[in-house]
Amino acid sequence: MSYETHEHDVLIIGAGGAGLRAAVEAASNNLSVGVVSKSLLGKAHTVMAEGGIAAAMANVDPKDSWQTHFCDTMKGGKFLNNWRMAQLHAQESPDRIRELENWGALFDRTPDGEILQRAFGGHTYKRLCHVGDRTGLEMIRTLQDKGVHSGIEVYMELTIFRLFKDSGKIAGAIGYWRKTGEFVVFKVKAIVLATGGGGKAYQITSNSWECTGDGHALAYEAGAELIDMEFFQFHPTGMVWPPGVKGLLVTEGVRGEGGLLRNNKNERFMQRYDPQRMELSTRDMVSRSIYTEVKEGRGSPHGGVFLDISHLPAERVKKKLPSMYHQFKDLADVDITKEPMEVGPTAHYMMGGVRVDAETGACTVPGLFGCGEVTGGMHGANRLGGNSLSDLVVFGRRAGAGAAEYARKLSSFPTLDSGELERSAKDMEAPFQRSGNENPYQIHRELQESMQSLVGIFRTEGDLKKGISKIEELKQRAAKVAVKGERAYNPGWHLVGDLKSMLTVSETVAKAALARQESRGAHSRLDYPNMDEKFGKLNVVVSHKNGEMNISTSPVPEMPEELKRLLAENK
Amino acid sequence: MPDVLFRVFRGDAKGGQSVEYAVPISPGMVVLDAIHYIQGYLSPDLAVRWNCKAAKCGSCSAEVNGKPALMCKSRLDSLPTDKPITVYPMKTFPIIKDLVCDVSWNFDVNKKIPPYAPIVKKPKIFQDDVDRVQEFRKCIECFLCQDVCHVLREHEKKAEFAGPRFFVRLAGLEMHPNDTADRSQFLKNTSGLGLCNITKCCTEVCPEDIHITDNAIIPLKERVSDRYFDPVRWVLGKIFGKK
Repeated sequence: MSYETHEHDVLIIGAGGAGLRAAVEAASNNLSVGVVSKSLLGKAHTVMAEGGIAAAMANVDPKDSWQTHFCDTMKGGKFLNNWRMAQLHAQESPDRIRELENWGALFDRTPDGEILQRAFGGHTYKRLCHVGDRTGLEMIRTLQDKGVHSGIEVYMELTIFRLFKDSGKIAGAIGYWRKTGEFVVFKVKAIVLATGGGGKAYQITSNSWECTGDGHALAYEAGAELIDMEFFQFHPTGMVWPPGVKGLLVTEGVRGEGGLLRNNKNERFMQRYDPQRMELSTRDMVSRSIYTEVKEGRGSPHGGVFLDISHLPAERVKKKLPSMYHQFKDLADVDITKEPMEVGPTAHYMMGGVRVDAETGACTVPGLFGCGEVTGGMHGANRLGGNSLSDLVVFGRRAGAGAAEYARKLSSFPTLDSGELERSAKDMEAPFQRSGNENPYQIHRELQESMQSLVGIFRTEGDLKKGISKIEELKQRAAKVAVKGERAYNPGWHLVGDLKSMLTVSETVAKAALARQESRGAHSRLDYPNMDEKFGKLNVVVSHKNGEMNISTSPVPEMPEELKRLLAENK
Repeated sequence: MPDVLFRVFRGDAKGGQSVEYAVPISPGMVVLDAIHYIQGYLSPDLAVRWNCKAAKCGSCSAEVNGKPALMCKSRLDSLPTDKPITVYPMKTFPIIKDLVCDVSWNFDVNKKIPPYAPIVKKPKIFQDDVDRVQEFRKCIECFLCQDVCHVLREHEKKAEFAGPRFFVRLAGLEMHPNDTADRSQFLKNTSGLGLCNITKCCTEVCPEDIHITDNAIIPLKERVSDRYFDPVRWVLGKIFGKK
C-alpha cells in the first residue's frame, strides 16, 4: 500500500501549550517542523486552564524568588520530584512569561503597570500571572499566532496511533485524518510528544475527549519508560450539578481570590485538615478533605461541598472570575455573586508520564522527546496549581530545542519498515471488518466506572486488584470491538484507538498504584495510610518488556547539597 | 423524565437528511449532552466536534432550531420540547459529515493577517491600556459570527471578506498598546472591511458577549477612513509624502 507521506526533521504530536512552544523553538532552528493536532488548532485542553501561570516574578510579593518557588514545588510534590526539573522550572518560568508578553499576550496588571499575580494553593507568595480566569486561552492564542508565522506545518484533526523505530531510534509515525479516515505516514528524525493527559479514563473528569493518554501509550509501546503513574491529581473543585457538567473545572482562582469552603453545617471544614493553609492547601489535601466531608454526611445536596465567593463585591467577582460567573449562571442557574457553588473532586491531571531528561526533554528512546503533562518527574506526587502552564512553556521550549539538536545531528532520515507500517494500518482498520456487539462506547463507560470506583482518590490493594482484572477483561473485549459506518469522520472508530490508549494508561496507573505501598501526595492508600521513608526515595517505573507490562522502581535522583540546604532552610 | 425528540442532520457533501432520535432528558441538560447520548447509545458514527463542554473552546458550534449556537450552552429547558429540536451544522461552511463542517478557510484568513510587531523598548502597561484589548482576546473562535454574517452566509464573499472573527482579531492587534505594525492597507484592501454594513448579527450570536460591531468593526472602519479619506491628511500626505 502507498500512503500520503510527509517528511519533517521534527514532528510534534500535540498542539496545546507545550506542543506549540516546542514547535516555535524547533522551527527557530531552521528545520522542517510539523505539528499534529487531534482537534482544530487552538482547541487543546490548555484553553481550559483558568487560574494562572506560576512564576516567581515578585511583582506583587517582592520577597518571592525562584528558590521559594522551587521549595514550594518540591514540598507540594512530597519530594518525589525530579529536582532538576523543579529547579529549571522555577528559574526559567519568569523569562517564559516575559516572552509570552513579548509575543502579544496581555496579562492583568498591577496598579504600577506590572503583570499582576494572585495567590494559589501551596504557593508561599502571590505568584500566578493571569488573565481573569481565562489564562490558558490567552496562552494558547498567543502561541498559536506566534506559531503560524514561524513556518511550521500544522496538521489539524489528525490522530497518530503508532510510532516507528529504526535500529532502536525514532523513525516515524502513522496516523489518520479524522476528516477522511485515510492514513498518513510521517518520516521524521525526531518526535516530541506533547499529548497531555488521560483524564478521560475516569467518569468524573475535567478533561475533554482528546485527553486519552495517547502519548503515554505511544511512548510505552515504543519502549520508553514511564514514571510516577500512580499519581493522578483529583482537582478539589469540579462542578457536581447538573449531571451533564459533572466534573467540569471550577478554577482554584476562586479560592485564590478568597473563596471559602463550607460543609452543610456551615463549617469551614479545612480547619480540621490543614488549619494553617485552609482553602489554599495543596490540591491532594483539599480533595481528600472534601471527599471525607461528603462521605461522612456533611456534603451539599448534590454530593459536593459549598464554595462561596459571594462575600466579595459582585463587580469584583465578575471582573476576576468572569467565566466562572457565566459557567454557573448559564449551566447551573447559580449566581455566584449571591450564592455558593457546589463542588467536588474531579480527575484533572497526571503527574506521571514519560521519563525525560530535565535539560532536553529526551525520553529513554533515542529521538523521542516529551514535554508538558505527558511527562513525569516535574511535579512529583502532587502538582501545585499554576505550575502546569509554566511547565508547558519552560519544558516545551527545552524539548523543542532538544529535538532540534538531535535532528540536526542526523545526516539522513531513518528508514521505515514497510511491513510494520502495513501491520499497524491493518490493525487500525480491523474494527470495520469485525461483526459482533462489542461497542467502544460501552467499554469506555465500563472503564470509566471501574477507574472511578477502584482506582480513585482512596485506594486499597483489593480494589486495585479488582481494577486491574477489570482492565484486563476490557482489553480482551476492546480487541473484538466492531465499528459501523464509513471511514470518514467516524467518532465510534476514533474511540477504538483512543480506548486502546486509555486502557494502557489505566493499567499503568493501577499497577503503579498497587506497587506503591504508602500514601503520598495524590496517591492515598487506605491500607497504607502513612508516608513511608523507603518509598520516598523511589520512583515506580513502568515499561514494556517482552510483551508484558513491567513494574520496577528506581531511586529518586539525588539532589545537590546546596538545594538540600535550601529545602532545610525553607521547612 | 420523558424523552425529547431530536432531528439531527445526517449526511455529507453529497447530501443527507435529518434523522429523528428520542433522547431521555435530565435536569440542566444541554443539546451537546443529547448528541453524546445519541453517539453513545444509538448511533456511534454521528460526527460532531466538541472539546471543553464549558463554552471555553468554541468547538461545538451548530444551528439549534435554526439559530447559530454552541451546543454546550444550549439548555434544553430554554427550548420548546413539544416539537423536535433540530440540530444542523453551520450553514456558511462546507459540510464534512453530519454536524462537522470544514472551517479551514478561517485558519487561512488568520495566516494572512500581519502579525503582532512589538516595539523594542517596552513601556509599562497599565490595566486601562489592556481592558479594551482583553475584550477581543476573549474570542474562542467558535466562528458563529462568521456563520451568521450575511456577507459570508448569503453572499459567499469568502475570497474578499475576512469576517467578524478576524475584525475582532485585527482590532485586538491594532489596539494592542505595544504593537507597531501598520495594517491599514490590509484593512482597507484585503480584509473587505467596507463590505460590512453593521447589521450587528455577529454581536448577537457571540457566546463571549464581545461587542463585535461597536467595539471592533466600527473603530476599525474609522481608522481606515481617517487614514484614507480624511481631506486634511490627504493634503498633508501629498505635501510631505505618505507614511
